[in-house]
Amino acid sequence: MSVISQDITNGELANWDRDPVLSVEHLTMRFGGLVAIDDLSFNVGRGDITALIGPNGAGKTTVFNCVTGFYKPTEGRIVMRHGPGRQQEAVDAVTAGDGAWARSAEGAVFLLERMPDFEISRHAKVARTFQNIRLFGGMTLLENLLVAQHNKLMAASGFTVGGIFGIPRFRREEKEAVEKAVYWLERTKLIDRADDPAGDLPYGDQRRLEIARAMCTEPHLLCLDEPAAGLNPRESAELNELLQFIRREHNTSILLIEHDMGVVMEISDHVIVLDYGVKISDGSAEFVRTDPRVIAAYLGVEDEEIEDKPEIASLVVEALGEEAAEEAGIDVPTDVTPEDVAALAETASPEQAAHPGRRPGGIEGPREGGSDKLTIIQGIGPVNERKLNELGIWHFDQIAAWTPEEIEWVGSYLAFPGRIERENWVGQAQELARKKSGAGE
Amino acid sequence: MATATDNRIADSVRDAFIAALLVGVLGFFFLALRTEIAPGGLALSTRWGLWFSAIAIVFVIRLALNLFLFKANRPVRTGPSTFAKIGASLPDLSGWTGTIMLVVAIALPFLVTTFLPAQQRQFIDLMILILTYVMLGWGLNIVVGLAGLLDLGFVAFYAIGAYSFALLAHYFDFSFWMALPVAGILAAFWGMILGFPVLRLRGDYLAIVTLAFGEIIRVVLLNWYDFTGGPNGISGIPKPTFFGLDFGRGEGNFAAVFGMPYSTIHRFIYLYFIILLLAVITYFVTNRLRRLPIGRAWEALREDEIACRSLGINTTNTKLTAFAIGAMFGGFAGAFFATRQGFVSPESFTFIESAIILAIVVLGGLGSQFGVVVASTVMIGGMEILRNLGFLKGAFGPDFDPVQYRMLIFGLAMVLIMVWKPRGLVTTREPTAVLKEKKKIGADLVAQGEGH
Repeated sequence: MSVISQDITNGELANWDRDPVLSVEHLTMRFGGLVAIDDLSFNVGRGDITALIGPNGAGKTTVFNCVTGFYKPTEGRIVMRHGPGRQQEAVDAVTAGDGAWARSAEGAVFLLERMPDFEISRHAKVARTFQNIRLFGGMTLLENLLVAQHNKLMAASGFTVGGIFGIPRFRREEKEAVEKAVYWLERTKLIDRADDPAGDLPYGDQRRLEIARAMCTEPHLLCLDEPAAGLNPRESAELNELLQFIRREHNTSILLIEHDMGVVMEISDHVIVLDYGVKISDGSAEFVRTDPRVIAAYLGVEDEEIEDKPEIASLVVEALGEEAAEEAGIDVPTDVTPEDVAALAETASPEQAAHPGRRPGGIEGPREGGSDKLTIIQGIGPVNERKLNELGIWHFDQIAAWTPEEIEWVGSYLAFPGRIERENWVGQAQELARKKSGAGE
Repeated sequence: MATATDNRIADSVRDAFIAALLVGVLGFFFLALRTEIAPGGLALSTRWGLWFSAIAIVFVIRLALNLFLFKANRPVRTGPSTFAKIGASLPDLSGWTGTIMLVVAIALPFLVTTFLPAQQRQFIDLMILILTYVMLGWGLNIVVGLAGLLDLGFVAFYAIGAYSFALLAHYFDFSFWMALPVAGILAAFWGMILGFPVLRLRGDYLAIVTLAFGEIIRVVLLNWYDFTGGPNGISGIPKPTFFGLDFGRGEGNFAAVFGMPYSTIHRFIYLYFIILLLAVITYFVTNRLRRLPIGRAWEALREDEIACRSLGINTTNTKLTAFAIGAMFGGFAGAFFATRQGFVSPESFTFIESAIILAIVVLGGLGSQFGVVVASTVMIGGMEILRNLGFLKGAFGPDFDPVQYRMLIFGLAMVLIMVWKPRGLVTTREPTAVLKEKKKIGADLVAQGEGH
């Protein structure tokens, strides 16, 4: 049942496989016909800072929403563990039963896919922040942090009845709650603004306040959705410090989505790379940055843009580190040629012999009048055009005639399962073929 | 500069002239001509004086507005207008203002009996009515102002409270004080019953379902003839007693026991103090709840429901408690209404009541308790004052009845307040927890919740 990925840089099991706080197993999420996440499995190590990266639309936030209960996954199991080790027996027992969690002397295990969102935060102790900050804008910073301690205070207030009469236990606990809020306001350097409304804070402060608010729920796992988005370099560095402080002093594991490669590579112990809902790499930051599949994904996704805009290639090289880029065959960003990219994609594409579905029929060469420029179809770049030509696909009408089985095969062949449907290559090709035949007559 | 000024005046005059021309054309058929039934058919009469005065008034007002407001050579004002500042400077009820108002409220009936003996009954009755609406407003404020759930059917809980007492008194001979808690509990229970189906609804849908719920309760009361008496209502509801003492005439009653001469006003003053007590309890409980985790969760829910859930707050329960507690105070007020009237019928619980209560909350400023007091005094008291403007008859002729215009004035006042102060009279939010310095929070930052 468990999914173990080996960190190839050292022979033994990595921390995240030995002692995972969170295991995502065979997670699939479909929205109607769209497969946002396809059979994704990974572990988040206890005490690690784990980064989930990938190009736009790779399904990172969907993973977050599944883990925190905002979406119910279509398939798969998400296990959260308190206490050391994998606790495999307990996990199996809960999975077999009807319950969502079990506590034992060793700790506790929770099956997050069975729990509603608020219970995930309350019992499984998974806290999250949002990509578009969700603070209580009309409430003060202090109030924001007190709301985060709702369940503890609610119990202390005797579920409001005792609180109305001001029982001592409630007063004591409320004082403690304020102290904890002050602690986190100091840690996030927001203490001077404690009595200001949260909506008045500048952007960077709001991001930190959201982290402080999440920490007030005393999480075992903190999920941060693009915490560095919109921060300047100084704020970004402060954020790194804050996250490392949280991990060090509060033994909180951190799972973060991030686009800022500086943040990712500097602080992450473990990086998982997603592309179109599929995990393409999983390992230490060092391992991932040299993984040709990752480089291909980052280059390949926008390959037609790379041809046009060398600055994007340079961005990728900058993001992944120059060494990695050089190893992968990119010397200087401006020198990136379609051939280089193609070479990369070649190494990255999985075994070509066995693809699901049916191979579409091709023709020997282009018909009279030359081949169509397939790159006009949005989503097909020069690399893919060449690979399609190798298959014997030269014209729009050939793509327009693809059956779902053939699409599946081509998707797998081009190493972008699901993308053809998503970008509606067939529809685009039909349109183009129609225009072309109209022009021909 | 001279040309600019000339242009301004010329423009203003032209604009005013066009406005006057429009009035002339439109008014010709409505003001200048008038058909009257005369023997043998209709007779056409003309009212040129009225027509010309209307044109002149519009011309002058439009010109004045143009010169001094619309085209004035003044920079556009960026700061808050004086009208907006009124709300920002309004105090809250927690400080000395509240104490003074409470003292005034306690002294008021005695002042009225001393200085206005002729109209004492009428005045005390009006104050009772205002306080009933203050209490209802505070109850609804929990649901709409704090939790941010727009409830258009609040009158249902008022009706449930009133009918609970009426039926308990009718079938089981309950006294007011025995029935009061039962009425509150029943209303809270129905609040939860309403809450369950509407919890998953958002925005306008929530408002529509609550509106329907209010109507369902009224229609059931109207049609369940065997139990509720249908449109005939229930009469003979007992008056509250003062520790077992009745306020009637004769031996063993309130006046006799305290050695006072019998007066009918005693009962009214007593009723006044009951509703004052109920309202003060509502105020203190609501205020206390705001500073408890449940109250903060309500406000957090109004701000952002998704964030609430990410923090482990059970939003279903939180909304249900808001509905239940708001409904409970509505139920108390309903029981009081039943005992004051001595008679209940479904006619007292129509949609317009819900609308008035909601208007009080919205005009007062969502979430503001002081605003509710001001708004209900102005709205309920103002409507009553219109009934008593006899001198207007002298100005507009004996056929003029100001009461007929009260809904018009009420509507105009609503429009004006919504134009100048769209967030209500009191627009600041009071923080519920303070570390160093209490700062009021401007309305522009406070979210309004669902259905607004």
